[in-house]
Amino acid sequence: MSGDAQDPKHEIEAYADELLPNPGVGDHYWRPTDVDPKAERRAERQVAAFFGLSAVCTVLFVLSYLLVKNGYDGDVWLGWGASNLSLGLTLGLALLFIGIGVIQWARKLMADVELSEERHPAASSPEDRSATVAALKQGLNESGMARRPLLRNSLIGSVALLGVPAIVMLKDLGPTNRDVTDSQPYPGAGLEHTVWSQGMRVVRDVVGTPIRPRDLEIGDLVNAEPELIFGTVKGKDAPEDDQLEGASLQVAKSKAATILLRMDPADIVSDETRNWSVQGIVAYSKICTHVGCPISLNERTTHHLLCPCHQSTFDLADSGKVLFGPAGRHLPQLPLGVDQDGYLVALSDYPEPVGPSYWERNTYSVGTVFDDWEKQYGDSAQQYGYTKEAGQ
Amino acid sequence: MSADRDISKVASSNGTVPAAAAPTTGVGKAATWADDRLGLAAMGKKNLRKIFPDHWSFMLGEIALWSFVVLLISGVFLTLWFKPSMAEAPYQGSYAPLRGIEVSEAFSSALHISFEVRGGLLLRQMHHWAAMLFIAAMMIHLLRVFFTGAHRKPRELNWVIGSLLLLLGTLEGFTGYSLPDDLLSGTGVRAADGFIKSIPIVGTYISFLLFGGEFPGDSIIPRLYTIHVLLIPGLLLALIAAHMLLLVYHKHTQWPGPGRTETNVVGYPMLPVYAAKAGGFFFITFGVTALMGGLLSLNSVWKFGPYDPTKVTAGSQPDWYMGWPDGALRIMPGWESHFWGSTWSWNIFLPVIVLPGLLFTVLLVLPFIESWVTGDKREHHLLQRPRNAPTRTATMVALMTLYAMFWMAGGNDLIAIKLHASINQITYALRALVFVAPVIAFIITRRWCISLQRHDNETMLHGYESGLIVRTPEGAFHEKHLPLSEKQIYTMTVRDRGRVGDDDAIDENGKQTLRNKIRALYYDDDVQKPTVEELEEAHEHAEHEAHALTALEGIPPRGELEGSPDEPVQPGH
Repeated sequence: MSGDAQDPKHEIEAYADELLPNPGVGDHYWRPTDVDPKAERRAERQVAAFFGLSAVCTVLFVLSYLLVKNGYDGDVWLGWGASNLSLGLTLGLALLFIGIGVIQWARKLMADVELSEERHPAASSPEDRSATVAALKQGLNESGMARRPLLRNSLIGSVALLGVPAIVMLKDLGPTNRDVTDSQPYPGAGLEHTVWSQGMRVVRDVVGTPIRPRDLEIGDLVNAEPELIFGTVKGKDAPEDDQLEGASLQVAKSKAATILLRMDPADIVSDETRNWSVQGIVAYSKICTHVGCPISLNERTTHHLLCPCHQSTFDLADSGKVLFGPAGRHLPQLPLGVDQDGYLVALSDYPEPVGPSYWERNTYSVGTVFDDWEKQYGDSAQQYGYTKEAGQ
Repeated sequence: MSADRDISKVASSNGTVPAAAAPTTGVGKAATWADDRLGLAAMGKKNLRKIFPDHWSFMLGEIALWSFVVLLISGVFLTLWFKPSMAEAPYQGSYAPLRGIEVSEAFSSALHISFEVRGGLLLRQMHHWAAMLFIAAMMIHLLRVFFTGAHRKPRELNWVIGSLLLLLGTLEGFTGYSLPDDLLSGTGVRAADGFIKSIPIVGTYISFLLFGGEFPGDSIIPRLYTIHVLLIPGLLLALIAAHMLLLVYHKHTQWPGPGRTETNVVGYPMLPVYAAKAGGFFFITFGVTALMGGLLSLNSVWKFGPYDPTKVTAGSQPDWYMGWPDGALRIMPGWESHFWGSTWSWNIFLPVIVLPGLLFTVLLVLPFIESWVTGDKREHHLLQRPRNAPTRTATMVALMTLYAMFWMAGGNDLIAIKLHASINQITYALRALVFVAPVIAFIITRRWCISLQRHDNETMLHGYESGLIVRTPEGAFHEKHLPLSEKQIYTMTVRDRGRVGDDDAIDENGKQTLRNKIRALYYDDDVQKPTVEELEEAHEHAEHEAHALTALEGIPPRGELEGSPDEPVQPGH
């Protein structure tokens, strides 16, 4: 930036379209603290008092830390958690008083004469530019960059290739959907599966008790899980290998969450929904087909289910069709049956992937999904009371 | 060192040139020691008395800077106790309602910080409040810069850096509030997984790599932690440093006013005034954050409970700065296409992946679009009042309105509950408003600015409203207008008259180029400032009227009223 003065051409390329001549910075007005020694001493005392108050607050902070009981069963002042309140107030004031004191000092006691400084052009001077270009050219020339394209290009190529290891390394961040779907490292692995399977009991969320159809009255909504979440198979402890824990338990819960709703069988609209229901009880995936929030808001009179995250609304009487909101697909329905002990069971896994869409997802209409399911499970499901025509 | 030099001659004095004046104080000696090694004096000479102009609006960026420092300090403290692990164990801490429930280590350590660590809850709340302050201050600072034209040459790159800071700050906020692994933030992470899966072709791969397998897995919290405490803060620090360096290199912009030109900067020196004010303001920002942490509870994760993928609460919402993409997601129609065995989720991909990227790109290129439209190649160090660039001001207000509509859509459920309105109707209305409202806002703002330009001319030519009511001998009343001071008129008339750059040539079909058409929209409805002749004529008229009034009622002409007519003009007013 030095040397601008010698170069008349190197100026800021800017002009202000001024109508009147610039009157120049106005007169400086003296402050009381500049001319009145009393005011000056008063300001000095004020500033020092702020700093003193800050120190007092800091001491109070330490005392609060030592004396006020914190935590869930800690001290309470006027309904406030005493520890957080006293620590926050004392720390906040200790900091504020320093800030106020310093700014007061600046405003009252430091010189307040406005000064003017010349700006420099953001650009370098033409001399600097040509000198830099010359140096760059000389350096490149001495390196032989231009004369030896083989060296230059092979260097660029090999350095660029070094980006590949950084990207390749990322592959082991985790298995892909295909990896887990093929190897099934835990039950129900992969986006197309859940832990539901034929004959698995439908149990209540949180407590894990199995459900008989007569337990539910019309209009009842139950948050349900597959019993494997609670480590049981047909009411008995599941084999060691099938037990879910840690991440695989969380994965299982994130896909298998289900809602049961009992409605008047006459209210059911679609044949598929009727065929997969038991005495008016229908089961749907609780995971929204939009971005995967668990859906929980039931409108009892209409059988509509609303997602609290983005308000997609699904019709549980009609194959979970989208009635409103941003979801693009119906809610997958879980085919229900009853086992020999009279408990609700799944007739199969969900006939289509649950949860949000993903690019590889193969999407079919409800009718097609039902027909495919019927071919695969129609016979074996009969042991759980499934008959297509009856529409239980 | 050459071999023929006899070093024994200089060994006794350990130097050939004596220092000009050997320092005697301890500080002086330490400074000399440091300068011998670092050469600090050359830098200090230039910068210690560097001039910074003064205006309240220049403080907005400072709030962002200082709240970032508060974030660094409170964040380092939080890392001492926070455990970024998803390993589950029954909760054994002092918060009785959750005792015995399986929770992740991340969640239980967040509760440990809140309940067992003295001052831990204060730190958590300060950190969260400072994050909100950081992002809010960046946004308002961005608006100030744009509305006053501080993004123009030579500061376009600092605008780009600032925009990147806003983007990174938002991501930093999202990764941060996701760490406690509570039900609310876990729901947000799950939605984010849904967003990622909507990306065509690669979405599923990115999701599985990010989560280390299927959602939720046990990797996402530790990975978000690394991103939150290392990757993004590192980038933020580097970009903030670049932002500050460019600020120092360009020198701060200033408002036009007496003595202030495009080639100077008028204000107070860094040492002592600006250093004291800015340093003091750091303590103010820090102190306010501490008071907020002490008085205003937020993100009470123990009330939400640990994350459970089967649960959700009504009214789930992200932090406010993530609200607008969430709103876009809510009002998007449920469009999804299926072909060749693949699923294309336009309903997710467009509003939360494409739209934010698009709007951010628009933000980045705004200075470049503007200079293309105006053809203005000059440097600008004097700020403009928003009214003097009506189209630019209207453009930003339109973007703000767009943001506001999306943001409102992010709270459509709350609006429905509070107003007892139909959520469906609110959603349909917002679908239309995101297109219509920005256009209306643009037109209103642009005309409003032009009206203010006209108003400026009126006050310059006919004076300001004095509040003095005069009764004429005929019995009519009118308000006496008093002339503005010369300094005020000088300040108000520092603005371009009409178009700046050269227009494009008309093409062979005799039609204006697109740029010329946009340039016409940009400039041509402006009310130009008066000419010197008009000002003089108005001045004479005012003098004449003043004397007539004096003769009539004994009101002294301006200048003899109490108070100085030439009060120093506040920059920018």
